[in-house]
Amino acid sequence: MSPELLSTTAGLWFAVVASGIYHGVNPGMGWPLAVSAALMERRACALPGALLALAFGHLVAMTVVLLPFALMTVLVDWQTEIRVGAGLIVVALGVWLLFNRRHPRFLARVPPSRLALWSFLVAVAHGAGLMLVPIYLGLCGVVETDAGHRAATALIARTAALSIGVAAVHTGAMITAGGALAFGVYRWLGLRFLSKSWFDLDAIWALSLVLVGAIGVFSAL
Amino acid sequence: MNLRPDPTFYPSPKLAMEGPPETLAYTLMLSPDFSQPDGLAVVNVDPNSPDFGKIVHTVIMPNKGDEFHHFGWNACSSALSPLTGHAFLERRYLIIPGMRSSRIYIIDVKGGPTAAKIHKIIEPAEVFAKTGYSRPHTIHCGPEGIYVSTLGGGGKDGTDGPPGIFIMDCQTFDVIGRYEIDRGAQDKHYDFWWNLPRDYMVSSEWALPPQFENGIVPEDLLSNKYGHRMHFWDLRARKNIQTIDLGANHQMALEIRPAHDPVRQYGFCGVVVDTTNLEGSIWTWWRDADGKFQAKKTAIIPPQPANADDLPDLLKGFSAVPPLVTDIDLSLDDKYLYVACWGTGEMHQYDVSDPMKPVLAGKVELGGIVKKTKHPCGKVFGYGPQMVEISRDGKRVYWTNSLYSTWDDQFYPGERGGAMVKADVGANGGLTLDTNFFVEFPKGYRTHQIRLEGGDCSTDSFCYPSV
Repeated sequence: MSPELLSTTAGLWFAVVASGIYHGVNPGMGWPLAVSAALMERRACALPGALLALAFGHLVAMTVVLLPFALMTVLVDWQTEIRVGAGLIVVALGVWLLFNRRHPRFLARVPPSRLALWSFLVAVAHGAGLMLVPIYLGLCGVVETDAGHRAATALIARTAALSIGVAAVHTGAMITAGGALAFGVYRWLGLRFLSKSWFDLDAIWALSLVLVGAIGVFSAL
Repeated sequence: MNLRPDPTFYPSPKLAMEGPPETLAYTLMLSPDFSQPDGLAVVNVDPNSPDFGKIVHTVIMPNKGDEFHHFGWNACSSALSPLTGHAFLERRYLIIPGMRSSRIYIIDVKGGPTAAKIHKIIEPAEVFAKTGYSRPHTIHCGPEGIYVSTLGGGGKDGTDGPPGIFIMDCQTFDVIGRYEIDRGAQDKHYDFWWNLPRDYMVSSEWALPPQFENGIVPEDLLSNKYGHRMHFWDLRARKNIQTIDLGANHQMALEIRPAHDPVRQYGFCGVVVDTTNLEGSIWTWWRDADGKFQAKKTAIIPPQPANADDLPDLLKGFSAVPPLVTDIDLSLDDKYLYVACWGTGEMHQYDVSDPMKPVLAGKVELGGIVKKTKHPCGKVFGYGPQMVEISRDGKRVYWTNSLYSTWDDQFYPGERGGAMVKADVGANGGLTLDTNFFVEFPKGYRTHQIRLEGGDCSTDSFCYPSV
C-alpha cells in the first residue's frame, strides 16, 4: 500500500477489498466458528448460516464506525483536520493494541449462540472498523473533488451511501475469504489445518492500524 | 506467548488421541501430618527411557500444611475457539491449590523434566479477600480464564457463605473474583466441568469443610448430610439453571465427567456410597430434546462381605467393605469409564459406548481395606486405587492411592506410603497392571492427582467434534 494508491479511486477500493480479505482469513474474526457450527449440527448448511451471522455483525460494526464520519462531511472546511484526526486515532489504537495484547474478557461472556453479536463486538474491540476509516475518508475526498461543492444534505446522502457501500464491499470480501477457508477446512482440509494455520496476527494487526492511520494522515496533508 | 497455537492444543478429542504419547507425569505429593512441605513429583513414563517409572525431579514448596489434592493446567485445547480470544497461550504452568491452606502455587514446567520450578505463589489472603471463598480445589481452563472450584466459604471453618467457583487471569494469574451471578440452590461444591460449544456447566457436591477436614463425620454421613445433588449452569450467563437431587442416600456426588466430544450432551458422575446398602454408583446425566437435564443411576458396585476384625473402627458395625467410588475418568473417545473403588481395592473399566448401559469390560484388584492385594511386582500397594488418569490415546491408565489425609487414616489406619502404578488397556478392553511400573515416593509422602505431559483425559475441553 502506498500513499499514491490511497489517492486514486481504484486503489482505495482495492484497499477496501484487501482489508476485507485480511479480516476474513484471520481466525480471530470467527471463521472457525462456522466450521464448528457445521460439525456440531452435523449438516453442511449450518456453515453458511454461521457465516451469515458473522458477516452481519461485522457489517454493522463497520457501518456504525463509518457513518459518523459520513455525517462529518458537512464540515467541508474541516476535512483536512478530520482526516488527520481520524488517522491519528487509528495510529493511537494500533500503538495501544501493540503494547496491550489482551483480549477483552467481556467477549468471552458472549454465548456461542450469539455469533452476530460476538462478531460485532470483536470487530469493534479490535478496531476492524477504524482500520477502514482512513480508506473511506480517502474515497470521500476523491468523491468530493469530483463533485465540487454541493448542498450539505446531498453531500451527506452521498457520503452515507458511500460509507454503507464501503462497509458492504469490505464485509463481502471478508466473508468470502473466511467462508472459503471455513468450507475448505470443513470439506477437505480437516480440523488439523485449523491449529496448523493459525498465526498470531496481533502484532501485524496492530502495525496495520498504525500503517493505515499514518497513510491517512500523510495523504490528508 | 507463541506465534502459533501450542502443539498440545487439539481441536477435537480424536486429534488429541493421535498426538504423541506422554513421556512425563506430574504427581502431587502431600505430607499427611504436615511435618514436611508438599511437593510436585515429575515421573518419567517413557518406556524407552532408562528412567522409566522413576521420579526424575521434585519441586518442594516453601510452606507446610497446604495439603495438595487436585490441580490443572493454565491453558488447554479450549484455547482453540476464537470465542476465548487467547489461542496463543502456552501449556506451561500447573496451577496447584493447597486445599487446606487456600494457598495457590503456579509451577512453571517449561524446559525439560528437571526444570520445573515455582513461578508464583498466591497467598490465602488474596483468595479470601477477592472471592470470599476458601479451600480451592479443581482447576479448568475455559472462556474467561482459569476457573477454580472451592470447597469452603468465608470464615475460619469455611462455613460463612457457600463455596463456589472463582476465576483467575490466565496470563497474570491474578484472582479476578467470583464466577456465580445466580447460584440457585447450590450450597456445597466439589467438581465441575462443561460443554463449551453448548454453553453449559455441571457441578457436584462433596461436603462443607467441617465435614471433611478433620475426617469423615459418621453421624453426618448416616444422616445423609453430605452432598447428593448435581447443578447445571448456563456457563457464560453464570447462572444455575437446574438442580437434580440424586436422593439423600446417594452420599457424596464427586467427579463430573462429560463426554469429551462436544456433540455428545451427556456425561457421568460417581457417587461414593449409598447409605442404605453401602453400594457405590455411576450416574449418567444428559440433556434431553427440550434442553432439560436428566440423571439416572446406570451402574452399581456392591459392597463386599467382611469380618469385623478386618475392618477399621468406622466400618466394624457393617460387616462389609463399601467400594467407595472416589474417582472416575473417561477416555477421550468416550468409550471407557474407569472407576476407582478405593475401599474394596479395585479399578473397574466400563465400556460406556452406550452411556445408559455401562458394561464391565476389565478389572484390576490392588490394595483394599480387606484384600490388600499386592502389586504383581511383589510390592505392597497401600490404601486402594484412587486418583486415576488416562493417557490421551487411551492405552495407558495411571493411578495413585491416597484419598485425603484424615480420611486415609480412618479407613486405612497406619501409614501405608504413597504409590503410583500403571495399567495397560487391551485392544478390545481389559486392564493389566504393568509389572515394571511401581513408583514409590519419598518417606512420609502420600500421592494424589496425576497430570500428564501435553494434557490428559480430565484436563482438556474441546471446542470441535471428533470427525
